[in-house]
Amino acid sequence: MANIVVLVKYVPDATGDRTFTSDNTVDRVGVDGLLSELDEYAVEEALKVVEAGDGEVTVLTVGPEQAADAVRKALQIGAHKGVHVLDDAIAGSDAAATSLVLAKAIEKIADYDIVMTGLASTDGAMSVVPAMLAERLGLPQLTFASELTIEGDTIRIRRDGDAATETIEASGKMVVSVTDQINEPRYPSFKGIMAAKKKPVETWSIADLGIEASQVGTAAAWTKVLSFEPRPPRTAGEIVTDEGDGGTKLAEYLASKKFV
Amino acid sequence: MTLTPEHADFRAMVRDFAAEKVAPHVAQWDRDHHFPVELVHEMGDLGLFGLTAPEEFGGAGGDFTSLCIAIEELGRVDQSVGITLEAGVGLGIAPLQAFGSDAQKKQWLPDLVAGRALAGFGLTEPGAGSDAGGTRTRARLEDGEWVLDGAKQFITNSGSAITSLVTVTARTGDRPDGRPEISAICVPSGTPGFVAEKAYDKLGWHLSDTHPLTFTDVHVPEDHLLGERGRGFAQFLATLDDGRIAIAALAVGCIQACLDLCVEYAGQRTTFGVPIGSKQGVAFQISDLAVMAEAGRALTYQAAAMKDAGAPAKQIKQAASIAKLYTSESAVTATRIATQVFGGYGFMEEYPIARFYRDAKVLEIGEGTSEVQRMLIAKGLGLPVE
Ligand SMILES: Cc1cc2nc3c(=O)[nH]c(=O)nc-3n(C[C@H](O)[C@H](O)[C@H](O)COP(=O)(O)OP(=O)(O)OC[C@H]3O[C@@H](n4cnc5c(N)ncnc54)[C@H](O)[C@@H]3O)c2cc1C
Repeated sequence: MANIVVLVKYVPDATGDRTFTSDNTVDRVGVDGLLSELDEYAVEEALKVVEAGDGEVTVLTVGPEQAADAVRKALQIGAHKGVHVLDDAIAGSDAAATSLVLAKAIEKIADYDIVMTGLASTDGAMSVVPAMLAERLGLPQLTFASELTIEGDTIRIRRDGDAATETIEASGKMVVSVTDQINEPRYPSFKGIMAAKKKPVETWSIADLGIEASQVGTAAAWTKVLSFEPRPPRTAGEIVTDEGDGGTKLAEYLASKKFV
Repeated sequence: MTLTPEHADFRAMVRDFAAEKVAPHVAQWDRDHHFPVELVHEMGDLGLFGLTAPEEFGGAGGDFTSLCIAIEELGRVDQSVGITLEAGVGLGIAPLQAFGSDAQKKQWLPDLVAGRALAGFGLTEPGAGSDAGGTRTRARLEDGEWVLDGAKQFITNSGSAITSLVTVTARTGDRPDGRPEISAICVPSGTPGFVAEKAYDKLGWHLSDTHPLTFTDVHVPEDHLLGERGRGFAQFLATLDDGRIAIAALAVGCIQACLDLCVEYAGQRTTFGVPIGSKQGVAFQISDLAVMAEAGRALTYQAAAMKDAGAPAKQIKQAASIAKLYTSESAVTATRIATQVFGGYGFMEEYPIARFYRDAKVLEIGEGTSEVQRMLIAKGLGLPVE
């Protein structure tokens, strides 16, 4: 028996134009968005776990009104129900405040065994929310899982590092984050798309979670984005012509850029 | 047009699938004339072959509009992949679903619906194409078995590694008025005497499976008769009406592909120091492509909506022929324009436009030629056309 809460985030479509609001936070309202691709791996893994045993997958998102699209997509893929925390006060929240809202929402969901998340969001890419959340909930965290096995109430994951591969396990309730190596997310089927229409989605405000407006939003953020500039366009590469000394020239180039 | 938010989500899903699973491979498959069985299975997993099939056979019980959306989106990336779905459902599954007995449905539909198997539809013969009444293939009932002799040609999905059966029309006798009695019979792949000959070398649709079929003293059980004896011809014509709407969706995908490719290319390619898209001579032709795409889409989805709403057969027939005629002729025009916009590159196989150019022509031929559509439309108007 494993009920799983999967955190999903609505992010700006990376193939579209991305913009920032006047307070230098990512504009999540005026742009086309979608379910963060990295979260699809978490949804898939959660579905695999419940399909192999039993239990239900609840997807949870904190975000503006359009974030309901991310919930709907996850429901179409196969999740059973959704929760959307929607409140104007949340706009501009940093990772710490976001993890507070998520933690309170998960406590309100109450009936869960595993909280599953993606590797990072494809917009902020800070990758700290899972750890913050585990701390707030007082749960063990198994992060960056590229393989996951379950035995009873113990979960074991493989975590691939640069220098070593670790195997870690934990029992009982826990937070697990998964990488894009763990599975191949399925597409929502036609039946899934039709079935999602009838799946329950609850919308909660921060008041429903017992959170004050002063605890979230830009004002409560511990960090502030001072400025931003678009990445300069890619410049043309440098072509090394091999006149018998190609190897030397390549080595010199790499050394000049401090690669070797 | 009544497209729901679910239709839009479904379209987005098929578009993603086509971009990730089809687009990277089609050029190679086309070059190799490779029929991608694996892709058919993946399309099956996605539920594409079962869109309009009943749930008891593993289908989704969905509407015809959704099927058109899937065909359009696949056809936008590759026409052969689009026709594989169109023929798999429209010509393979549809006759069984509409006219099959419970036993026939139980035997064949689950695998067809899941994309584990494909079925062909054998109407056309060397001497019977537009004039499908000229069927020569014969079937006689002998000791509780149908015995078939004859030949079919140009049959889609009929000889792939996963083809499980072909439904064929055959003369099963003569009517009192002297005209032939034509019935439809299910012939399972592997039945002795039934041979799918070497695949055709075609101008386009290289990764679609098309074979001539021969039947020599082929014995199948009597219960393999599909639908009513003597109704084979009428049944197949009814099947073709729906097929025409689906072919129109495929043609819309082709036009849209031309439009997308041209908009991108005309913005990038510069001559005389400016993008070619800044020249009215080029830009206006691309505007015409947009008109064809929108008009074609409107006709197609209107016909599909009529079918979904259960409009009278006569109305659907007329709408289907109009949609098929307009979109297929527009698709041929669109590929000609797009190839021209691409200049010399348009003639090179390294650009997808050349493939669309080769693939488009058959849209005006298969499932009733343009001439046949005009004939049907004229008849629908009450004209005394031959
Ligand atoms: C790639 C491909 C796949 C196909 N798949 C299938 C399949 O799965 N199953 C199947 O049964 N068939 C299939 N067909 C066959 C297709 O439906 C026929 O080719 C089509 O109906 C035309 O028949 P025909 O080739 O005999 O041409 P003909 O009937 O000989 O026509 C030749 C020309 O004469 C014109 N013409 C004929 N009669 C008239 C008339 N009365 N008035 C005016 N003009 C007329 C036609 O429009 C055409 O231009 C396929 C064909 C192709 C090319």
